[in-house]
Amino acid sequence: MARNGVFSRRKWLEKSEGFDLSLSDSHEAHVLAVDDSLVDRKVIERLLKISSCKVTAVDSGRRALQFLGLDEEKSSVTFDGLKVDLIITDYCMPGMTGYELLKKIKESSTFREIPVVIMSSENILARIHRCLEEGAEDFIVKPVKLSDVKRLKDCMLGQDRMESEDRGINKRKSCETSDILSSSPSTSPPSSR
Amino acid sequence: MDVIVQLQAQFVEYTTSLYREGFLDDQFTQLQKLQDESNPDFVVEVVRLFFEDSEKLLNNLATALQQQCVDYKQVDAHVHQFKGSSSSIGAQRVKNVCVAFRNYCEEKNLEGCLRCLQQAKHEYYLMKSKLETLFRLEQEILAAGGSVPMMT
Repeated sequence: MARNGVFSRRKWLEKSEGFDLSLSDSHEAHVLAVDDSLVDRKVIERLLKISSCKVTAVDSGRRALQFLGLDEEKSSVTFDGLKVDLIITDYCMPGMTGYELLKKIKESSTFREIPVVIMSSENILARIHRCLEEGAEDFIVKPVKLSDVKRLKDCMLGQDRMESEDRGINKRKSCETSDILSSSPSTSPPSSR
Repeated sequence: MDVIVQLQAQFVEYTTSLYREGFLDDQFTQLQKLQDESNPDFVVEVVRLFFEDSEKLLNNLATALQQQCVDYKQVDAHVHQFKGSSSSIGAQRVKNVCVAFRNYCEEKNLEGCLRCLQQAKHEYYLMKSKLETLFRLEQEILAAGGSVPMMT
């Protein structure tokens, strides 16, 4: 179900414009960003880094699969050191679209648990619906802003919180319990700030 | 000290006018938020990437529209890319031309497309020159020992 992204359902207590997406003190989230646009790659990379993430940015779905070790159905054992916590991908890309990449990831027993977020410059309901149906965690309408990256916190911390009983991760931030347990994604209206 | 204050005032006025005249939109402000001491040249770097990308796209568009048999899907793909990158840096007027451009692509309207290409070029080069002026102003302030005012 789509939530109105303009009304924040949680208050984040941030010290600065960036906010900490770290899953814990010792583990910085590793995000795989996929976008064929050089300009957009640079922006998303910075948005994520300023939010305390490690970022690997690639320019195609193919390269994303190669990075994950899925391209030739190789075992992922060798990729333990490069554990990916979130995949954020553009929808419209030549070759493999973000939707096709999403499908491939969800079909993989190894990687289907990794949350996938789709970005698109086009706010097409049918497209959003299709992506969410296929298992996308969230759908962000471009251009991507800091407030959009903030919402991704759900994707990563949500997973982690359900596994961990330690509430210490979010001492700086307040979360509504319903948001953590809820897996319903939200969409960002084009004019949200 | 006077020089710095003057330059800063000039900078603020110029920036304000760029927003007021629709050259820049909120996304440009968003980019400023991503710049800090650890990445002091972020905005300039992204904008330079945009310039390189755009000039390639404009050339590709010109070539694509010169073909005997125009491939409108290809033209649209280029415009879509141009629209995306201009939107990502807050180049509002360029983005708006791209929106109109895509409509003409859909209609396979060659004349409309050619007109939009001219308009896109015009808006792009205008935007480029304005941003370069803005960056020059920033450099002047920094060279004089001042700091660049934050536009929020």
